[in-house]
Amino acid sequence: MASQNIIFREKDVPDIREYDVYVKNGGYEALKKALSVKPSEVIDVVKAANLRGRGGAGFPTGVKWSFIPQTEPVKYVVVNADESETGTFKDRQILENNPHQLIEGAMIAAWAIQATAVYVYLRGEFWDVAHELDKHIEEAVAGGFVGDNVLGSGWSCMVYTHLGAGAYICGEESALLESLEGKLGMPRVRPPFPANKGGGLYAEPTVINNVETLTNVPWIITNGADAYRAIGTEQSPGTKIFCLSGQVNKPGNYEAALGGITFRQLIFDEAYGGGIPGGKQIKAILPSGGSGPIIPATDEVLDTPLTYEDLQKLNSILGSASIIVMDETVDITWVAAKVTKFFRHESCGKCTPCREGTYWLDKVLDRIMSGQGKPTDVDLIDNIAKNMQGFTLCALGDFAANPIIHTIKNFPDDFKAHLTADSAVMPTEPARPARRGAAAAASGAD
Amino acid sequence: MLAEKYAERIDKIFAKYPTKRSAVMPLLFIAQEEYGWITPESLVEVAELCDLDPTQVRSITGFYTMYSEKPKGKYWLQVCTDLACALRGADEFHHQLLDTLGIEDGETTEDGLFTVEHVMCLAACDKAPMLQCNFHFHENLDLDKVNALIAQWRAEANAAPVNG
Repeated sequence: MASQNIIFREKDVPDIREYDVYVKNGGYEALKKALSVKPSEVIDVVKAANLRGRGGAGFPTGVKWSFIPQTEPVKYVVVNADESETGTFKDRQILENNPHQLIEGAMIAAWAIQATAVYVYLRGEFWDVAHELDKHIEEAVAGGFVGDNVLGSGWSCMVYTHLGAGAYICGEESALLESLEGKLGMPRVRPPFPANKGGGLYAEPTVINNVETLTNVPWIITNGADAYRAIGTEQSPGTKIFCLSGQVNKPGNYEAALGGITFRQLIFDEAYGGGIPGGKQIKAILPSGGSGPIIPATDEVLDTPLTYEDLQKLNSILGSASIIVMDETVDITWVAAKVTKFFRHESCGKCTPCREGTYWLDKVLDRIMSGQGKPTDVDLIDNIAKNMQGFTLCALGDFAANPIIHTIKNFPDDFKAHLTADSAVMPTEPARPARRGAAAAASGAD
Repeated sequence: MLAEKYAERIDKIFAKYPTKRSAVMPLLFIAQEEYGWITPESLVEVAELCDLDPTQVRSITGFYTMYSEKPKGKYWLQVCTDLACALRGADEFHHQLLDTLGIEDGETTEDGLFTVEHVMCLAACDKAPMLQCNFHFHENLDLDKVNALIAQWRAEANAAPVNG
């Protein structure tokens, strides 16, 4: 069952995005089945399946749903489609190729918590995707699967899309809720948590799930928890979409059973990444986009099965499984500097350690990259990074510290190379006239 | 103004949410679609429609990068130069594009047609180098392909002159 496509059903049924094709292939049968049983029974099945959140945290989805107090009359499901992590591009493919399965999964979640509305929050750049999704929602409304009196059950629930406007922080669930309410996307102080009265969307109890997570739900309802747990490992059931990018021959999204493949298979097998361009050696892996700890591509790492628990053993995380590959020519200090620029730009500015920390990390890394670094700079940025971790309202502060702390720990020679007379040359960024760098910095366009 | 011209769309937007404030971002996109950028007058109009103070709306346009607070070229080209794209040559591609158009990052060509900016991750890492033109994606690019696109956009612009 290792190569089963639960999410990427377009591999088996090419036009599955079309409403008629989706319905003809068993589409919306899972929603009918869910509506024939009590909401609490739906939650029990998803709990028993041990579906874990695919957005990065890996929190058990059924448990999250069970936090919603049933006594409240107004409740929401919010679909997190703000996919903005460097190296992550899976949710877009799901939205483009299998949108009805997401809509169905969101409606099953909505039934399970007895929600009154579903909001799909898409990053603003998914402009075309959102307009297509609107059409698919209309089809589901016309079919009686969404909207008033769903399938004659007496329960009504509409699905709406909402576009962000370019802010990575809105992928953080409480910032996403702020943004949906028409405010600046800044994380909230918790408690109250989104599941509780006062903590969710418009202060109502709210479940927030990632696109990929919800797209698993119809399969689980149709086939049952045992069938789902037969795929993957005990602690990581089901399949996962692995976003493979960077220096591989065949970058792209690959669905595989959790624990069914190792880094080596994903990166080198012809069925997946197909190896490193130019036959170069692999040097490093970012397993969870820019935000996870970077690890050296040793034999031990390459032979690690891709699961939540096995990545933890490597002192890294599976996260959203956005795997960025770097070959032997890449200077990891350059990687740390690049990722730090991202976090400096994306820090919302609410918490001082993150706002000031990312600013100063970027400044010092610029100094190191320009050959002006001092031998004490490594200790300086290590200190700044460690004073960010654990001191912010959301995980962005922790994420921004990771590239620094783990580059220093795992690739100390790359830093040393910049702090001697013959500094390493960046492999992918050619030297440019200074005026261009200055104009780019002044534009603040990114 | 916007309220009359886009009455139906605006009504549909308000109907989605229990509060007027939630409509501020979608309405700003309508303003930008109409004028090419968020003009001070349109900002005030959006504020009135949403029962907000213009300062609150101004904070939104400042925080979110997809709202332009100044005029841009007819074709607003945003090139992703983030890590995953950069590992596949996006920095060189960005520089080639700037050289082709004879501008620096963040600038607009003299004919008012093209603005080029580098941006953070656009969730197209496996199809780098790529860019977004007025929010539409163009992927797996190189210098030849982008030159062809530029020629196509120039022809398009000549057929339908730039709106004041």
